[in-house]
This record gives sequence, structure tokens and C-alpha cells, in this order.
Amino acid sequence: MSPDHQGPPAQRAGRPHGPGFEGLPARILELGEELRREGVAVGTSELLDAFEVLAEISWTSQEDFREALAATLAKSQEDRRVFELVFERFFFRATEIAAAREGVREEDLANLGELTEEELEELRAQIAAALRDGSEGAMRDLARMAIAAFARRQEGSGVIGVDVQRIRRALGLRAEPQPDMPAEDPRRDGLPREALRRFEALLRRELERAQIERTGNLPPARPLGELDRALPSGPLADLAAVHRVVAQLRRRLATQGLQARGHRRHAHVDVRRTMRASLQTGGVPVVLKFRPRRPRRPEIYVLCDVSTSVTSASVFFLSVLHALHDTFRKMRSFVFIERISEVTDIFEHERNFKTVSERIGNDAGVADISGYTDYGRVWSEFLQQVEDDLHPRATVIVLGDARTNGRDPRADIFANIAARAGRTFWLNPEPRLYWNYGDSVIAAYEQYCTAFECWTTAQLEDFVRALTRPVISAR
Amino acid sequence: MPDPPSPAPASVAEVAEGLRSVGYLPGESTALVAYLATKLGKPVLVEGPAGVGKTELAKALASYLGRELVRLQCYEGLDEAKALYEWNYRKQLLRIQAEASGTGWDAVQEDIFGEEFLLARPLMTAIASEQPVVLLIDEIDKTDQEFEAMLLEVLSDFQISIPELGRVESRTHPVVLLTSNNSRELTEALKRRCLYLWLDYPELEHELEIVRLHAPELSETVARRLVEVIGMVRALDLKKPPSIAESIDWARALLLLGVEDIDADTFTATMSVIVKHRTDMDVVADRVGLKLRAPADVA
Repeated sequence: MSPDHQGPPAQRAGRPHGPGFEGLPARILELGEELRREGVAVGTSELLDAFEVLAEISWTSQEDFREALAATLAKSQEDRRVFELVFERFFFRATEIAAAREGVREEDLANLGELTEEELEELRAQIAAALRDGSEGAMRDLARMAIAAFARRQEGSGVIGVDVQRIRRALGLRAEPQPDMPAEDPRRDGLPREALRRFEALLRRELERAQIERTGNLPPARPLGELDRALPSGPLADLAAVHRVVAQLRRRLATQGLQARGHRRHAHVDVRRTMRASLQTGGVPVVLKFRPRRPRRPEIYVLCDVSTSVTSASVFFLSVLHALHDTFRKMRSFVFIERISEVTDIFEHERNFKTVSERIGNDAGVADISGYTDYGRVWSEFLQQVEDDLHPRATVIVLGDARTNGRDPRADIFANIAARAGRTFWLNPEPRLYWNYGDSVIAAYEQYCTAFECWTTAQLEDFVRALTRPVISAR
Repeated sequence: MPDPPSPAPASVAEVAEGLRSVGYLPGESTALVAYLATKLGKPVLVEGPAGVGKTELAKALASYLGRELVRLQCYEGLDEAKALYEWNYRKQLLRIQAEASGTGWDAVQEDIFGEEFLLARPLMTAIASEQPVVLLIDEIDKTDQEFEAMLLEVLSDFQISIPELGRVESRTHPVVLLTSNNSRELTEALKRRCLYLWLDYPELEHELEIVRLHAPELSETVARRLVEVIGMVRALDLKKPPSIAESIDWARALLLLGVEDIDADTFTATMSVIVKHRTDMDVVADRVGLKLRAPADVA
């Protein structure tokens, strides 16, 4: 252990806190910074609130302490989740390094000695029982026992994640039922997944603790992964998120319309209003009244794939379509599988999203003979229907996976469409990794349009940004 | 009728105990945040799914603190006239008409823009009240952002500016609760001024306690079975998962029917108490009904 590791964590992290900046306030500020690093908006006012709140509660109750901080620092459910994770990690590390520096050690279990096979089986059963009952304290003790037992039997790999999995495997802990176990054994019906996750987390934490004790040094903090951060959510929550982004899209499109109006003067004098105003000045038109500038509403054509290969995405797509219809009056929508069918009317007459999707499912009359998308046919039919209306101010948006099922992609017709329209966007519900694999022919189309992968709401937001970006080249 | 105001609570445990005594079983964080709200006078933003007792918390807090509850129900298109104050035009008009013709404009103006002609709406009532109150701004996510912006002055300084009268400052410090069903993201500015409390569906044991509190005659076993089933139903992907209030209703319904155990038949018969959508009913009858039937067949 080299002496320069002895400094307080704040200094080692290279933050310019002066001397005397110690104790709890410093820790809270560090926690705030760590939260910011994980993307929680923690402002100065939040931190001030946190201090104010901490003055009111007793710090001895860990639960109160955490809840009080959470109430002031994390202001949404997502933030709350991140807060829990960061809080755990932060204070665990803070205590451990403090303990390591003070020379406080956990009671040593390493002298447990070699476990016999029977004792090991006993340990396994005890752990399984603790998992079933979900008692945190017992699980923690058993986790330490297990680590000590297996440290004896085999060498640790030194990589915590690997060790955790190895110990778990050796303990035979599985979520699936194991019918060959005796009837009273909790492992017979399988262990609760949630408890298994918690036990793994405990193993990880105890291993980390051992590592910190051994080296007297903090390993670098692992940033939270997408997986840790994601809320355990159902499809409903996802749909709600889509609606949120779509609502934002609507708002942004609406405000952008105002910008497009601009301040440029234009010279269409409104004769009627000018004459009327001139009455005040005895019939002399002193003040010219101009005709109001009507914003030129962009015209949008949306083509939406509703075939089976994009079933999971089509709800998402239809809700995007729904939102677009609220914003643009001059918009025509088409759904297609093998052939194309215009659904503009449905969207215009139905406000309720649920009814819209039902009606499209039932009587939109998508000519669906084989159930397979035929992009070539779709393009030619689309061009036939809108050929006369397509012009450089129009925007064409295609929602689909570009999987042609081996049929001719007819990129030439698509190029023709793209050339006539001002802008052409493609939203693909598949990750970019899968593009052009199998029967996906997105590359053939991508050269004529701007393609976006679009399977998370964040990506939808990217698209919204692109769509609302003012058109620079006036073709 | 509110009880005489009780002194400010001195600890979290006291708040928890107090809420309990008025029939609201708070979770740990709920009691803590409620305590902080009374102590610091900061507004609390309560979020969570529908039917977890957000509004109930405000009511319980009011009756525990012995304060009057002033409630502002938000809806789309709610404006200042409905939330803050309005001049009572009709009364003003009558006043002017009743005036002798000789009175000057100044005298009349002095007259008709007095507190007598002011119609106080909930926010105004809460701020001008002599006694401290609990102000509940319900479903804030239903309003537009403009309204939220208007709230900022009220929430941070507890004052309202009326052009004709000047500034009305609060005489006492109200406890403010805002509830939101999370149907839209609230602005950062509003969130920054509030303490945050996320209420979720309670844990099994906690809900059992709640049900037992509100339907004490129900036997322990039936009650336990009931919250287990409710948990199962909530785990399904429903349009409207059953709320706590609906579990209580269900408990009372079962009590009336004198049910001994919740089997598949009782469940199908009384399901409509907890599931309120046609499509949901099909899903629930399918999944939960089957699960309930299965162990009975084995036995």
C-alpha cells in the first residue's frame, strides 16, 4: 500500500476541495456529483434542500437518511431508481475505504477450514431456505460463509463477476424447479428470481469488501449499465414512454411552425383592411395593413408497414402516426403489407388511438393475400396514387423493416419517389446490427433517404430532432 | 369539522402514529416526507399510479394535523380565475347601480375593488386563511404548463399578487401536496421546489394491514388470500389495475356475502368490484380464475 493512497477519496478523485472540506457535507456533495454523472439533474437548490432536510431527521436511522435524501435529490421514478443504486454503491464504498483506513476488519471467516461435502450440502440447503424466506440478514451471513468456503476450495479468479457466477453455480442455486430434490427442500419448486438476484448482489458486495480490505484501496466505480438503470417495466410503461415522446414531438412541431412564420416582411397589402384603417385618417391610407402570413404547412406522406414481421413495432408506429395527424392537417397516411391502403380518413375521424388501431386492424382493407411485404409493389402503387401531388415541399416517411421476403426491392421506383419529394425518412424498428442481414434490403433504399434505427424512445427523439430541423436547401 | 389544531409533530414516528390514528397506514417514506413537509413547509409532489392513496394522504394529513383541507382539482383548461380569485362581477354591477348618481368614480372604484367583491378560489383561500390549512392540488399533470408556471409564485413564496389590491401574503404556512399520475412530465422548475414522494402499490403485508384496518371483521385467512389475489391481478397487463380502495371495497363485499374462502366461483362472481374494464375482465377471468381453480382441483 503506497502512502499516496491514504488521502481522502475527494482528493484522490482530483477534485479541488480545499482542506477542511471534510465530513458529511463533503460526502453529500460527492454523492450529488456522482448522481449528476449518472444523469440525474441535481441542482444547487436540491443540495441545499438536502442539507435542510438532514437537519430535521436523525442520521442514525439509515432508512430515514436515505429516504430524506431521495425525497430531495431524485424527482422522478427513473431518478429514484438511479438514486437507489448510486446511494448503495457510494456509501458502501465510502464506509469500506474508511474502515480499511482505520484498520477495522470484518470478523475473519477464513479460518473456517475445509468443509466436508455434508457440511457443504448443509450450507446449500440453508442458503436455499434463506432465499425462500427472503431474510436479508441471513442471506448476508450465508454469502460470507459461502465466499469463505469456496475461497478454500479453489483459487478466486480475481474478477468479481466471474467469482460470483462460479460460487452461484457451485451452490446449485437455480430459479427453475428441480424435481429430484426431496419434497421439503425449498429448491424443489425453484427459488424466487428476485431473491436470487439479491443474493448475487450480496455476494458481489462481500467480494468487493474483501478486495478493498485486501488492497486498502478503492477499485474504480463501475458506471451503471443500461440494464441496471432500466425500470422493471411492462409493455404498458413502454407505450406510455412512446406517448410521452410523441407528445413532445407534437409540441416541438407546433413551436417550429411558429418559427417558420418568421419576421420577414412581405408585400401582400390587404386592401380591405388598409381602407378600413384609412378611415381614421380621413381616407388617406397612412398605415398599410398586410395580409397575414400563413405558415406553409408541410405536407407529409407516411407509409407504415403493418405486416407480421413488425408486429411489435407497429403499435409504436401507429401511435407516432396518430400524433403526426394531430399536428399536420395536410397529411396522408398509408398502411401496407403486400399492397397499400390509405387510412387518412380513419385517423382524421377518430381521436381515440385504441379505436384507430382496431379499425386499421379490421377494415382498413389492406390487401393481404400472402401476409408478406412486397416493397416493390408498394412503391409502384404509392407512386400511382400520389404522383401528381408529390412536390419538393412534401416529406415522405416510411416506417418499416425493409424486409422484402426475397422479392424485388425495386429501389428505382423508391428513388423516383425520393427525387420528387423534398425529404425522405426511413424509420427502421430493427437495431442497425441486423440491417442488411437476411432479407433486409435497407441498404438499397438508404442511399435515397435518411434512415434511422428506431426501437427505443431515445432514438425516436433523434428522429424528431431531424424532422423538425428547418430545411436549409430550398429546392 | 376539523379538530382543534394540534402542535407540529416532533418526530417521524409521531407522524406515522398520527396518520395511523386517522385510518391511514403510511409506508416508511410516506411518514418521513409528510414529517419533513410539516417541518420545512416545502410542498410535496406525490406521484404514483392511480389508487394508491395519494389524495387520501392529504385528507389523512389534514385530519391528523387538525387543519382544514383546501382542495384544488386540476383539469385541462383550468385557469387563474378558477384557481386563484375572481371579481364578483354581478355584485360589483349591483353595487354600481345602487350607487346614488352623484357619487364620483373614485369613490365607486374604491368600493367595488374591495375584498367584499373578491371571490376567493382554492389557492387564494389557502393562502389567506387565518388558520393553517392543508392545500391539495390534485392531478397537477392534467393542467397545462402555463398553469404550472403560475403556481410557482404561490408555491415558493406563498403569496398572490392582485393588481387592484396588492400582494396577498400567507398569514400561516400551509402544508401543500401536489399529486400527479405521471401522465405528463412536470417542469423542472416545479419539481425543484418540491419534495418528491413516489407512492407505489403497497407490499403484500402492508396492504393486508390496510385491508384489515378497513374491514376488521374479515377473517385473517380470507384477507390474506384477498391481497394475494389482488397482487396476482396487478401483475397482469391491465388497463386499470385494482387500486387499494378497490381491495377494500372487495373485502367489504366478501364480508357482506359471508364468504369463507376465495375460490374460483366467488372470484368470478365478485370480480367486477376490482376489475372495471370489459377487456380486463376477460384477461383476469382467464388467468387468475384458472390459477384459483387449479389448487382446488388437486385437493
